[in-house]
Amino acid sequence: MTLLNTPQNPYSDLDASVAAPPLLAIDHLTVGYKIQSGWLDAVHDVSLSVVAGQTYGIVGESGSGKSTLVQAIIRYLSGSGAIRSGSIRLEGNDVTAYSVAQMRAIWGVKLSMVPQDPLSALNPSLRIGDQIAEITQHHEGLSHDAAWQKAIDMLTQVRIADPADVVRRYPHQLSGGMQQRVAIAMALSTAPRLMVLDEPTTSLDVTTEAAVLDLFNDLLRRSDSATLFVTHNLGIVARTCDRVAVLYASELMEDASVGDLFHHSLHPYTLSLLECVPRIGQRKTAMTLPTIPGHIPSLSDMPHACVFAPRCPAAIDICHTVKPPIEEAAPGHRVKCHRWREIADGSLHITLAGAPIEVSTHDLQADDPLLTVDHLRVQFRQGGALESLVKATTVKAVDDVSLTVPRGVTVGLVGESGSGKTSLARSVIGLVDVTSGTITLSKVDLPKVDLHGRATQRSHDTLRRLQMVFQHPEESLNPYHTVGETLRRPLITLAGLDAAAAETQISALLTAVHLPLDYANRYPSELSGGEKQRVAIARAFAAQPDLILCDEPVSALDVSVQASVLNLLAELQSERQTAYLFISHDLAVVGYLADVIAVIYLGQIVELGSADGFFEPPHHPYTEALLSAIPVPDPDAPSNPIRLIGEIPSAVNIPSGCRFHTRCPRFLGDICVTQEPPWQTDAPTGRQYRCHIPPDELRALAGTPPVRNEGRQSNHEVTTS
Amino acid sequence: MSSISLPDHSVSPPIAQIKPSRRRWRAVRKAFGASPLSTVGGIIFLLFVMLAVIGPLLTPYDPIANSFAERLHPPSTLHPFGTDNFGRDILSRVIYGARNMFILTGAASGLAVLIGLLIGLIIGYSGGLLDEVVMRIFDSLLALPAFLLSLLLLGALGPSRGTVLVATVVLYVPIVSRVVRSVVLDVKTRAYIEAAQVQGESRWRIMFREILPAVLPALAVEGSLRFSYAIFLLASLGFLGLGVARPEPDWGLMVSEARDWYALAPWLMFYPAAAIVALVVSINLMTDGLSRLFQIDLAR
Repeated sequence: MTLLNTPQNPYSDLDASVAAPPLLAIDHLTVGYKIQSGWLDAVHDVSLSVVAGQTYGIVGESGSGKSTLVQAIIRYLSGSGAIRSGSIRLEGNDVTAYSVAQMRAIWGVKLSMVPQDPLSALNPSLRIGDQIAEITQHHEGLSHDAAWQKAIDMLTQVRIADPADVVRRYPHQLSGGMQQRVAIAMALSTAPRLMVLDEPTTSLDVTTEAAVLDLFNDLLRRSDSATLFVTHNLGIVARTCDRVAVLYASELMEDASVGDLFHHSLHPYTLSLLECVPRIGQRKTAMTLPTIPGHIPSLSDMPHACVFAPRCPAAIDICHTVKPPIEEAAPGHRVKCHRWREIADGSLHITLAGAPIEVSTHDLQADDPLLTVDHLRVQFRQGGALESLVKATTVKAVDDVSLTVPRGVTVGLVGESGSGKTSLARSVIGLVDVTSGTITLSKVDLPKVDLHGRATQRSHDTLRRLQMVFQHPEESLNPYHTVGETLRRPLITLAGLDAAAAETQISALLTAVHLPLDYANRYPSELSGGEKQRVAIARAFAAQPDLILCDEPVSALDVSVQASVLNLLAELQSERQTAYLFISHDLAVVGYLADVIAVIYLGQIVELGSADGFFEPPHHPYTEALLSAIPVPDPDAPSNPIRLIGEIPSAVNIPSGCRFHTRCPRFLGDICVTQEPPWQTDAPTGRQYRCHIPPDELRALAGTPPVRNEGRQSNHEVTTS
Repeated sequence: MSSISLPDHSVSPPIAQIKPSRRRWRAVRKAFGASPLSTVGGIIFLLFVMLAVIGPLLTPYDPIANSFAERLHPPSTLHPFGTDNFGRDILSRVIYGARNMFILTGAASGLAVLIGLLIGLIIGYSGGLLDEVVMRIFDSLLALPAFLLSLLLLGALGPSRGTVLVATVVLYVPIVSRVVRSVVLDVKTRAYIEAAQVQGESRWRIMFREILPAVLPALAVEGSLRFSYAIFLLASLGFLGLGVARPEPDWGLMVSEARDWYALAPWLMFYPAAAIVALVVSINLMTDGLSRLFQIDLAR
């Protein structure tokens, strides 16, 4: 693991690189989309220069114009988009004037791209080898055999195990992480001068993301080409980039080296954004998360002065009347703010104060259980009716899980995709069938209710006590119903209110989730993502349930919006004593909201403990790996050497013994393969975990490099579906 | 050192409220404004509807009254479309024919759409064995050519208005059901359907309140297509003498009978044929605007 010992961000040689002629120079670029009444500028007057060998991060929330900027650079603007003014010079040549034929000579040779979704870049009907070979055959005139050999070399470079086998496969036979590696290999195969990475890890699991980022760090640092790295995740920027440009509402807000940006940012927007990210160890019991009020302006409604002024905590009169110039605050550090000098000399301090919240302190006692899950199994048959006769394959999504959710408490459920966390929630709410085991809902003054069967077979009283908030706000609200109609139904069917009382209650709900009352007449398409999720939360709370299942409720939202939705969930819980089963792949988010954290792997809980002090060792090796995979928004954060090998195995063939042994960084030997690990309890923290290694040893091991070498990276990453 | 903090809320400024009725009218204008051709189609269609409704008030002649003195008159101010071999006024017959056409095709396609919608919603939402069985029955019905099937049915039941109606409905229900079912299969996997189940909504309410709105754009298109195909089908059956009984005016029958007089009096064939073409084309043009109307602007 030599790559991890290389310095993460060598911006010490920044001065030397600034002097070099830029490989990519963007000068006063304005890109707009044509509409009937004129132009909407999605990129406004942006200037940037990238030198060879540099990794340049482009950061912004959705709607900031980062995608448009990148599309303009590679000249891939969609239909109505056009470069309205400014220039894009690649090695000195202005590509804005190039014809498509001229661009075709550059695409793939000087300029290549890794997209967000690797499947969109791979042709499903061609073998991997053919796809990579096609590029070098076309651009470098290699023979078929030489190109195939080069494809194998490229796959070796991106550290795909057994490349000679992978070249013969089709894209759908590879896992998401491998597909992304193949896309990277394709982009690198002609040694392009400029690589554009458009959110290349957003669709990957956090553990896979960490491995792909390691790969980037290694490959990009060795090459002398330049890289544009588009992302919304500040943690990824801190881990991979040399310089960062922060975009907001079509404009460049700040442009600095990673070190300057994270430690001496001069722009209120950057400072606010940095504060919004939930950090490991932040708890709802201490403070609400800081948020940026308001939302990003739409293209048709741009403030004419400073675009951030309406949301800026430090805005003064001039900010609303005069557009700030972009100024060089220090060598290599540009900022677009009227007040950067005050921020620089320390006289203006930007804080988005999170308010302390009144938390009714619960005793986390299992003797007031609300939801009890006992030896739950959820299995799915794979394939059609005929297939299952011949070859019965069963997906064991949830495999013997027991869990208790006490009244008014948040239990966080963490795991990668494919770990069974969503299946668990869906079986509790009644959207999938339980194979065996019991789920009971109890309350002191009410009889116990056995939850079995589908939601459609349960009584209204049972349904009322359990509600769910879904992952994608776009999908969870009916686009044909107004917000009012959406909220009215549970009030009438579950809470049993009459029409008049329901109207009053709709207003109360909208107020509770901090939405204006006139939103009742709006359709979901007129709401932003965060607002839709607020409506979904209001709907879940409508009938005053005892338990709400939250399935990744913030993972589809922007950072600043995510913080405000988490605050809302915390606030509503402390007001109403509702328990949450909160599912997420993001440990920082779960750590903030949860009182109890359960880590789930391949359908089984591997660690269970109180959220207080959860981030201190000892941990189950899987939890340790999840923790170390989180990109921390601090370039100087020590990089944790724990990486998981490959990806989560299929739940059809669960590994023997400890089901984590195929990927475990603390693999002991045969005992892990043959024996199921026992539950162990760490006495000081009361945390339970399922591993052969005793707590004291695990504590001692924490943070040390894994015992396994990379040679073991083998077929586990290859899923055959 | 100044420290600034802000309260926590992130919401949009309120927009001006719009009255629902005005909103609907605006939607109609937007949907049809986007393509002028669909507006033209809509206007022609409405003219035909008007003609069918109030036409009899406008026609000076009885469509079935013979007048041997006026046989085969070419178009004139007295008879704008001319007269046929029995001296009947062709304009009157075309207008009354529109009436017959609208009543029968409207009833047939309307019924087919309603039944098809119901079946499509139920089998799509329920799935399982019911879906399988019904779809296989539909497949076997659709395997036969439509016109042949209708001839078979009419042959078995005997030609009359009622049997033409039944034949058309039997032909079109599987087609409509298929379209509806395919939309339902897509929509029922959305989280908002699961949310409705979790909130204890009945299956009927989920089908008609949650899923139906998403089906409407496709249904509107399919409905108007069925309507225009029904006109063709009826005209064809009329042409073969299997539709409306003589001497009631029927466009298809009129075209058929005009064949004997084609060289002598081409207007006999021209006007009913032109009416069929104009009506079918106008409906097809209108379809585009109609589908836009039911499609809420989901993009944002």
